[in-house]
Amino acid sequence: MSTHNRNTLRTPLALARGLGSAKHGTDHWWHQRLTALALIPLTLWFVIAVIIHLGADYVEMVEWLRSPYSAAMMILFVAVGFHHAAAGMQVVLEDYVHNEFAKIASIIVTKFVLYALAAICIVSVLKLTFGV
Amino acid sequence: MVEFNLPANSRVGVGKTVNAAQGAKRAKTFRIYRWNPDDGQNPRVDTFIVDLDKFGPMILDAIIYIKNNLDSTLTFRRSCREGICGSCAMNIDGTNTLACLKAIEDIPGDVGIYPLPHMPVVKDLVPDLKHIYAQLASIKPWLQSQSPAPPDRERLQSPEDRAKLDGLYECILCFCCSTSCPSYWWNGDRYLGPSILLQAYRWIVDSRDEMTGERLDNLEDPFRLYRCHTIMNCTKACPKGLNPAKAIAEIKKLMVARR
Repeated sequence: MSTHNRNTLRTPLALARGLGSAKHGTDHWWHQRLTALALIPLTLWFVIAVIIHLGADYVEMVEWLRSPYSAAMMILFVAVGFHHAAAGMQVVLEDYVHNEFAKIASIIVTKFVLYALAAICIVSVLKLTFGV
Repeated sequence: MVEFNLPANSRVGVGKTVNAAQGAKRAKTFRIYRWNPDDGQNPRVDTFIVDLDKFGPMILDAIIYIKNNLDSTLTFRRSCREGICGSCAMNIDGTNTLACLKAIEDIPGDVGIYPLPHMPVVKDLVPDLKHIYAQLASIKPWLQSQSPAPPDRERLQSPEDRAKLDGLYECILCFCCSTSCPSYWWNGDRYLGPSILLQAYRWIVDSRDEMTGERLDNLEDPFRLYRCHTIMNCTKACPKGLNPAKAIAEIKKLMVARR
């Protein structure tokens, strides 16, 4: 257990109650499970698609990704994957980073980077799909 | 961040060796963590070599023998010696368990005995349980209801509802589970840990309790409840064979059910 409050005159119960319950966390936990579930078929689809297109040239890949089905699946895979990664990284950082400033800063930076990567991926798929 | 080295004043040194097993047919070596808050020394591990024919079969018998005959300063908690009080919880042979329920013959080789992991130490094998007792108090582990009890009888409960308390009411609050949980090690100041969450579920699932919603409100928190990552060390450690991880999973299910 963390011991940073050991030399205090506050009672143990006051420290245990702390700032009270945040009254949230369930959505985060539930979304992490839902995205994990969704990633099972999406990842299978992605791996199989990559294997099928081994040795394909650029034109063949673009042609495949232009189909509404492939583009939709790819956008779902990217969006759900990065959302899941952001949720998971937040939990990891909350677990292990105990300096409050470092914790909040690292969570913010991680989320910005992951959602920026997701946006780049999605725009790339759309660009290929609509052939701009 | 996580510290991989103990602070300089917590590094464990080598202590004394007491050989009390001359001529013994069955000698056994016990290596026991020692720390005295009053002498300014670092913790150390003392070695006691004893004759197993001089005391009973359990680890608790051995450390009582050592305290009575070899070193009266050896400090540990114990009371009932039959696994119902939870006092003698300690880390034996690398696993949190009750000294009174752990047979010496189940441990091959030397026996290492340490206090419950990652708790402040009061002395030797005695951990400071102030914070975890306060966490227990914070979940209000007693029956709460607005409806007054019937004047002429106890509050009734169907056999089916009573059966829901099986596997929960047996908890003796030894804290072997909480102190085996990495999440409790890293975030025990806010995470309630498996023992307290099992107690919380014991009252959430009690059909006579009317404060279920308030109890869930009190637990719905990224740290109080959701630091549980289903590591399952709690269930593996429990000397009473209970399943705190399942109790926590049931709380999470109720949280989703009321969304």
